[in-house]
Amino acid sequence: MGVLVLLIIASLIVALGFLFAFLWSVRSGQYEDEYTPSVRMLFEDENTGLEEKENK
Amino acid sequence: MSTENTQVEKFSYDNNIVRLFANATILWGVVGMLVGLLVAFQLIFPVLNLNLEYTAFGRIRPLHTNAVIFAFVGNGIFAGVYYSLQRLLKTRMYSDLLGKINFWGWQLIIVSAAITLPLGLTTSKEYAELEWPIDIAIALIWVVFGWNMFGTILKRRERHLYVAIWFYIATFVTVAVLHIVNSFELPVSLFKSYSWYAGVQDALVQWWYGHNAVAFFLTTPYLGLMYYFIPKAVNRPVFSYRLSIIHFWALIFLYIWAGPHHLLYTALPDWAQSLGVVFSVMLIAPSWGGMINGLLTLRGAWDKVRDSAVLKFLVVAVTAYGMSTFEGPMLSLKNVNAIAHFTDWIVAHVHVGALGWNGFLTFGMLYYLFPKLYKTQIFSPKLTSTSGSAP
Repeated sequence: MGVLVLLIIASLIVALGFLFAFLWSVRSGQYEDEYTPSVRMLFEDENTGLEEKENK
Repeated sequence: MSTENTQVEKFSYDNNIVRLFANATILWGVVGMLVGLLVAFQLIFPVLNLNLEYTAFGRIRPLHTNAVIFAFVGNGIFAGVYYSLQRLLKTRMYSDLLGKINFWGWQLIIVSAAITLPLGLTTSKEYAELEWPIDIAIALIWVVFGWNMFGTILKRRERHLYVAIWFYIATFVTVAVLHIVNSFELPVSLFKSYSWYAGVQDALVQWWYGHNAVAFFLTTPYLGLMYYFIPKAVNRPVFSYRLSIIHFWALIFLYIWAGPHHLLYTALPDWAQSLGVVFSVMLIAPSWGGMINGLLTLRGAWDKVRDSAVLKFLVVAVTAYGMSTFEGPMLSLKNVNAIAHFTDWIVAHVHVGALGWNGFLTFGMLYYLFPKLYKTQIFSPKLTSTSGSAP
């Protein structure tokens, strides 16, 4: 079952990558506010003139 | 922005690419499901294989699975991601050109699959049947997609990465790794290759890939879409944003080890089988956390579901997600699997996921998108409602 080594290495690389991403996201304050992002995403800028000039 | 410069910064979203992907989703959805219908009828009426090698069950069945997963759901992912990413990050996509390459490259891959599979050109690995030149094309186009996404994330005008974006990132990274590792093969001619691995080792790699294709192609991108389109469609924030963050990180770290449950009672070492079962059972926690989070977003707003076809589709989708992620851990138990394996139950389980969860979420998303993308109204709201209750 030598292939297990390959799978474990590949999976660990992915897992470690995500672990670092997780640590970065916590340290950089991504999760300091656990509420307003969920409200902010509701605000549409579709009607403020920012919406597409229409790509023809 | 400096105070002297009073000019308002202007930018626009690229809706054209979303339209392309959305229309492709519908087109391939029709094709993939019609082929599925033919496959289903062949089970009852074998004469429907038309006595042709090209339309025999063994060749048409992978055509159906590839078409609905990679063509229908694949284009659905791109449509939803290209739409929501721009709005969540308050910026246009990094590159219109990369988007175009992403779109046409993906369609070319689909067409080449639709040609090679009926011709019998296959690696015979489930959900990874396509031969090596197409595998390379998939890897390249997938990287173009990732490049465009990360470029957009880097130039974002919104500091916080909404939870949906994390799901998109996980999708890109993990699918890339899975696809590349599983597709190691030795080409012997233009359309024939042999897997790098042999025997049970090949089977383990195959199902490490296969199950995670379910996890990171059919689940994580659509969870991202769920976290975007449900709050949008009902116009209220997700039930618990904190839960959505826990949902994401728990799911990411658990999902990748569940593959061996596809190899129960095989030559795979017993301990590896058991490990796969344990992780499969644990998965119910983050999965149901996500489902509950999605459904509870509608708390106090269920009256809106009565009037909104979009919400009806989304509710059915999330419910189907809950059912298939309950069924999955149960089916992974050895004693249940002994009964269920090689029966129609497994086919049904996949369809609760792929049609119930992915299909209905796609339908809901498209009904949400088309009026916005074309600045119009749905042709017939009554027909919309009927189409939802028919299946």
